[in-house]
Amino acid sequence: MIECIEITKKYVSGDTETVALAGVSFSINEDEFVAIIGPSGSGKSTLMHILGALDIPTSGQFLLEGQDVADLDDDELADLRNRKIGFVFQSFNLLPRANVIRNVTLPLLYSKVPPGRREELAREALVKTGLGEDSFNKRSNQLSGGQQQRVAIARALVTNPSLILADEPTGNLDSKTEKVVMQTFQQMHSEGRTIVLITHEAEIAAYAQRVITMRDGRLVDDRLNGDAGKTGKPSQDTVATAEAEKEMSA
Amino acid sequence: MSFRDLLEQTFWFFSNNKVRSGLTMLGIVVGIGSVIVMISVGEGAQASIQDRIQAIGSNLIIVMPGASRSGGFFSGGRGSAQTLTQADADAISSQISGVQVAPELDTRKQVTAKGTNTNTQIIGTVPTYTDVRNVSIDSGSFITDNENKSSSKVAVLGPSARDDLFGTGAGAVGQEVRIGSAVFKVIGITQSKGGSGFNNPDDAIYIPLSTMQHFLMGGSYVSSIGVSAPSQDAMASVQQQITDLLLQRHKISNPALADFSIMNQNDIISTASSVTKTLTELLASIAGISLLVGGIGIMNMMLTTVTERTREIGLRKSVGAKKSDISLQFLSESVMLTFLGGAIGIVLDGIVSIIIANVIGMPTAISLISVIAVFAVSALIGIVFGYYPARRAANLSPIVALRYE
Repeated sequence: MIECIEITKKYVSGDTETVALAGVSFSINEDEFVAIIGPSGSGKSTLMHILGALDIPTSGQFLLEGQDVADLDDDELADLRNRKIGFVFQSFNLLPRANVIRNVTLPLLYSKVPPGRREELAREALVKTGLGEDSFNKRSNQLSGGQQQRVAIARALVTNPSLILADEPTGNLDSKTEKVVMQTFQQMHSEGRTIVLITHEAEIAAYAQRVITMRDGRLVDDRLNGDAGKTGKPSQDTVATAEAEKEMSA
Repeated sequence: MSFRDLLEQTFWFFSNNKVRSGLTMLGIVVGIGSVIVMISVGEGAQASIQDRIQAIGSNLIIVMPGASRSGGFFSGGRGSAQTLTQADADAISSQISGVQVAPELDTRKQVTAKGTNTNTQIIGTVPTYTDVRNVSIDSGSFITDNENKSSSKVAVLGPSARDDLFGTGAGAVGQEVRIGSAVFKVIGITQSKGGSGFNNPDDAIYIPLSTMQHFLMGGSYVSSIGVSAPSQDAMASVQQQITDLLLQRHKISNPALADFSIMNQNDIISTASSVTKTLTELLASIAGISLLVGGIGIMNMMLTTVTERTREIGLRKSVGAKKSDISLQFLSESVMLTFLGGAIGIVLDGIVSIIIANVIGMPTAISLISVIAVFAVSALIGIVFGYYPARRAANLSPIVALRYE
């Protein structure tokens, strides 16, 4: 599904060169639920941009379903994002004045789905996220944070992508809605979708099957989470490890 | 993104940003509106001037006496000389084929009728005058050949002269008027030609030419000879023939010393038209500046919009919008703004034109061409002033746009 081979990413501004990724290699199989964890500045957001075909690595190869994204031009990248990738952002990024249905159908504007089918697909996706039908015609800025994030998840699902990329999806939510949203991800995973979740919180990473830890642009740890992803509870194992690491670095 | 989607998105955006879109559009509405108002006022003025000139006759050539040169240095004013005679008119009529000739002798006199009086133009002329000068009779009849031969004291009144003497719209046929010391019987009223003020063709009294010569002016000269050419194309050749004939009759070998001058209606029309055209262009270009300002307003709003919607652009790109989708979206917004602005401008212009026509009494004309041109121009303004902001939006990197706060 995803294959990263020695990916580096450097930003040059003026005379200073910043290395965001210093050679990262890993692969993610279909149906996996992977969390990428690391402190800020560890390069995880840059990695997410590359995985999302929003950015191209300075060197190394990123293959999405066997396709090297470096070979694609702007329009082909846009098309790839539309068909294969669904994004969920920390700040939801909904169109504030648009109603829920309009927000969810947005990606379909850029797809080949005929206008008549769009609302139907949006409703299907919304039902999967568990958002009540009475909210479908509300403006997105009238919804609570948890509801907004579910709309955003429905928007990511509506094109039926093979990969869902979530960047700190619970960063703006309280712990109760956080749990609901994470369970939504787990449910999507159980329906056979590949999910890559970026977070700096061990508790969130604990919902995933597999946790990749980044630091200073490098991959420092890659382990399976045992029974997580099935019970809907964070794995105590990962939480303990993350806390231990925190203490060590402190 | 299909065209339908594009329109739908654009209108959705406008309906969510009514005040701002409306104000921006206002700049274009005012710009477009003033351009068409100016053009339509100009075209209206031109049309009315042409109508007025057409009304003085059909394919009309006017022969007027030139400056009198009674030997020596002194020259009387053009038209003051008594060099044109009835015989000249008869010669033109008999020797140039296809023309109609109406000599006339004009003066101004005090005219009285039953205690009212007015000072008006008295035109002594012949029956062909109605054809040559496009005069139609409203009631009664015009001067006949017999009346002219017998120097009858009959008068045909223009509607303004009738109004002054007998009251507005009064039936004057059969009544009597006194011109100078002679009493004339009113035999007809002409139809109004329109016009007002100084040179009002309706403020005139027509009497037989011979009556004029016998009772009011004396002599056999005429003050001008109107000649109606058989067609517009024939005007130049008829004018040349008249010139040759009169030079020969007046025994003048050097055309530069001719004791008459000839004006032709086409020259008058083209001179008047070129004046009004220049005026129209001047007015329209002043209005065009306000259109330009409106266009800059559009660009300003679009740039603000692009900045404000940076995150939206990033989002759209991340869910699969291509550069062309983004740039089309913004272009469509600016073109739609200018297009709607143009449409509203045209509607407003229609209203303003009606007001101008009714209140000021100045005729206006909105031509289909100017409407089409306005739409083309407003769409063009939308493209020109929307292009830069749209390109800026399209070239935003999705990552930068998504991070934008």
